[in-house]
Amino acid sequence: MKTRMSLCVGLAAAAMACAFPAAAQTVKIGLISTYSGPGAAQGDQIDKGAKLYMKLHADKLPPGVKVELITRDDTGANGDVAKRIAQELIVRDKVQILTGVVWTPNMAAIAPLTAEAKIPFVSANASGAKVVGMSPYMARVSFTLCQSAYPLGQWAAKKYKKAYSAVSDFAPGHEAEGCFVRGFKEGGGEVVGTVRIPLANPDFVPFMQRIKDAKPDVLFAFNPAGKQATAMMKAYGDLGMDKANIKYLGTGDITTDEELQGMGDAALGVITMHHYSAAADRPANKAFVAAYKKEYGADLNPGFMVVGAWDAMDAIYGAIRAQGGKIDPDKTMEILKQYKSTTSPRGPMSIDPETRDVINPEYLREVRKVGGKLANVELETITTAIKDPLKEFEKKK
Amino acid sequence: MQAFISSLVSVAFHGVAYGMILYVISVGLSVTMGLMGFTNLAHGVFAMAGGYVLVTSLSRFHLPFALALVLAFVLVAAASVVLERFLYSRLYGASELEQVLFTIGLIFMSVAVARLLYGTLQQPVVLPDYLKGQFALLGRDFPAYRVFLIVFSAAMIGALWFGLERTLWGAMVRAAVDNRAMAQAIGINTRRLFTITFAVGSGLAGLGGALGADIVAIQPTYPFEQLVYFLIVVSVGGLGSLRGPFVAALLIGITDTACKYWLPQFGAFFIYAATIGLLLWRPMGLFGKRT
Amino acid sequence: MNHPVGYNADHRLRWTEWLPWVVALAVFFLLPDYLSLGARVLTYILFALSLDLILGYAGIITLGHAAFFGLGAYVTGILSAKLGVNDPLLQMLCSACAAGLLGLATGALVLRTHGLTQLMLTLAVAAVCLEVANKATPVTGGADGLSGVTVAPILGLFRFDMYGRTAYLWCLVLVFGGWWLIRRLIYSPFGAALTGIRENSVRMHAVGAPVYKRLLTVYTLSAAIAGIAGALLTQTNQFVGLNVLGFEPSGELLVMLILGGVGRLYGAFVGPLVFLIAQDFLARQFPEYWYFGIGLMLVVVVLFARGGILGISDAVIARMRRKA
Repeated sequence: MKTRMSLCVGLAAAAMACAFPAAAQTVKIGLISTYSGPGAAQGDQIDKGAKLYMKLHADKLPPGVKVELITRDDTGANGDVAKRIAQELIVRDKVQILTGVVWTPNMAAIAPLTAEAKIPFVSANASGAKVVGMSPYMARVSFTLCQSAYPLGQWAAKKYKKAYSAVSDFAPGHEAEGCFVRGFKEGGGEVVGTVRIPLANPDFVPFMQRIKDAKPDVLFAFNPAGKQATAMMKAYGDLGMDKANIKYLGTGDITTDEELQGMGDAALGVITMHHYSAAADRPANKAFVAAYKKEYGADLNPGFMVVGAWDAMDAIYGAIRAQGGKIDPDKTMEILKQYKSTTSPRGPMSIDPETRDVINPEYLREVRKVGGKLANVELETITTAIKDPLKEFEKKK
Repeated sequence: MQAFISSLVSVAFHGVAYGMILYVISVGLSVTMGLMGFTNLAHGVFAMAGGYVLVTSLSRFHLPFALALVLAFVLVAAASVVLERFLYSRLYGASELEQVLFTIGLIFMSVAVARLLYGTLQQPVVLPDYLKGQFALLGRDFPAYRVFLIVFSAAMIGALWFGLERTLWGAMVRAAVDNRAMAQAIGINTRRLFTITFAVGSGLAGLGGALGADIVAIQPTYPFEQLVYFLIVVSVGGLGSLRGPFVAALLIGITDTACKYWLPQFGAFFIYAATIGLLLWRPMGLFGKRT
Repeated sequence: MNHPVGYNADHRLRWTEWLPWVVALAVFFLLPDYLSLGARVLTYILFALSLDLILGYAGIITLGHAAFFGLGAYVTGILSAKLGVNDPLLQMLCSACAAGLLGLATGALVLRTHGLTQLMLTLAVAAVCLEVANKATPVTGGADGLSGVTVAPILGLFRFDMYGRTAYLWCLVLVFGGWWLIRRLIYSPFGAALTGIRENSVRMHAVGAPVYKRLLTVYTLSAAIAGIAGALLTQTNQFVGLNVLGFEPSGELLVMLILGGVGRLYGAFVGPLVFLIAQDFLARQFPEYWYFGIGLMLVVVVLFARGGILGISDAVIARMRRKA
């Protein structure tokens, strides 16, 4: 029962500021995440990231300013629930900034509300390409799938000839498939087949058998992080696809740091492209991982959603500092648009002022054993700043 | 042509493996629903518990795989007796709707308890080395664990069939399913019979959950997510029957696998369409009692 | 709140029956912060009323009522987002018709069976609807949900606002309408025929009542009302997600109705109210573990309060009367 409806984090700085009651300010932040149901594992990551950031950065607030985080459960990819609790957070709890959200449909459902109520929303995860554009009060610090899938396709085309794509059947999956296929074809590769796997799906083996029988050189995969990725990896190992010389590629979602240990040795040698790995040796990341392990246990690794929530809070804290604790929605959005960070665990990142979407670094990684444990070891930095390729393609049209 | 036959073989193989798991889990539900008319929607809780027992004994206590399977059966069966005596037995006379509400309540509680004990992440199954890798047969590779699964489940089903068709206990169960009042009248203690049957059925669910843990992920929402599949097996197979759910589970396993293999774009559509068709054709299930 | 049922029962409105409406209006003025929760409760009350009509009065068991709820929600959503039809009344009408038609078509099959088979058929019908909605991405938005729904002001006068005032009143008006209709129905000869079928369908056949036709009629009507509830959900949220067609709303609805009390009309009011408020409260206090509280509540109700919350309150009142 460590989570309470509201978690007041007013530490040393705020306590000192009590001497100046006139300056006392509480900024209320609503965190919408998934705390129950099948998606609770993901929501938990966001919760942990946001709270860890607040705990470690209480002294980064202006004197006299406190931050109150109000957490609510959207129960999974349920747009109507997300919309209702966002409404309650705005109307009942009077939050000034919203963040969180694992699922793209939930963010889409909230979008009209943020525009009407003028409440800035910072996405800590939901990654559908178009959703940020649905409201002028939305910004994103997480990632888009195309940012990983497109460069991965380009990279794969240099080494392999025939690819098969297997993605989950929802918009992020379709985006991943489209971008990988585009990158792979532009590089001269041939896509021998694509399959879209339903989201509710107990057994992956039949799909994987079909792919194995098609004999591609590489299999490109995307699933929402979590048990689906693990089940698919298992099926890959069970069918001996590695021995059949089918290389397994994907966005970082298929080998998330928090689930990796549960995937077993089948994951060894899997190549992924992503913006974050817990195994990266950047100093900022090392400090971040150490703090995470200290807080939540030495066996746990922070996944990219923890980083998403961490950076979302960093962007929000930046906006609070710049305004001295008095939140004006339009000013906040202007500040968010200029957001740049060199201290993020993922490396340099920023928000594109034009689209309010994130600009990420991308790393090519391979699953290897480090000190007896599986880790996403970064092999090379593909780019230090990539905008969402889907939006760039549309501009060219 | 050869490619087609080879894909036919793998569809049949994977379908049977999946069907076997479904059967081992669901058969207890069919028998208890047929025997006592108790609508136990919380049956999946036992399967989940079995999965957690297996995972815990493997990764925390490093027990041998075989022992972990035995534990999954025994512990779940024992726990189910406690539940049956203290809670379920109070509701034997209650209406179907109250049984539904009660067992859904149990699912809700078990979901929260599982989450408290194990967190939300899927539990990894550390298989012993001899069950890893592939098993070559007739020029094709088959995953060793699934081969084991089919052989083991087949043996279990054989034992169960023997128990129900050739032993006194089996005869009593069959008599009670056919006509409970009459069975009671000739001196069968149906109350005790049911406790034992319930324990065996729940134990089997635990065993099935444990066996299938590597295929159907063990996590807190398991009883909700799998419920529909168990119910389909039971209703299509027919209540109180042993053969019916077996045929139904294999049908579902193979249909599901075949659709995923050849028509992945249709998703789970065919399973439900097939369920509707079968139930309209045989409303009491394939091998259900005729009324 | 004991509610007499049956054709011969006294069907005049009693003063207690006005109570829910007074309370609902009081909530509007006294608890303006809770209107979005209130609208959700009202939507589910209408949905539960539609289920009570077939389960409580006609004895049809279903775990797939969300098929109609979801269809209603999607019809309204698609009309607005894809076809630009934003008039709330028109949306509602289309949703009711579509859900009613689906009820007629599937009822023709489902109502030929009983018990577990019937339960599974309804469940499978809803699951097929879910698959269709999931695959028809260009129309429904698939797993991403359907956004971009706009609802024009009601009668051109009342705009749907952020605080949910209009939505709340709009829901209230429709629940009132649904309640009035269903109440009239229960006390009509038609309602008596339904109760007869529930109690003994063989005898109803014997007296020459058109059992199947009656059941099909009430199933269609119930589906249409569920469709209206679905349309309400879309209009208040301006978003439709796949989950409206899932197993969850069907299961939760059944739980809510049994919790309140089946076949009592007002059980459909009490159940959603208690369930959703408990859920809202627990989910705030313990976002991770609220399931436990809900589960415990259900188990306790079954063990100690047969007949749902209204059942136990009947028993308490009866005992007090005996003492007095």
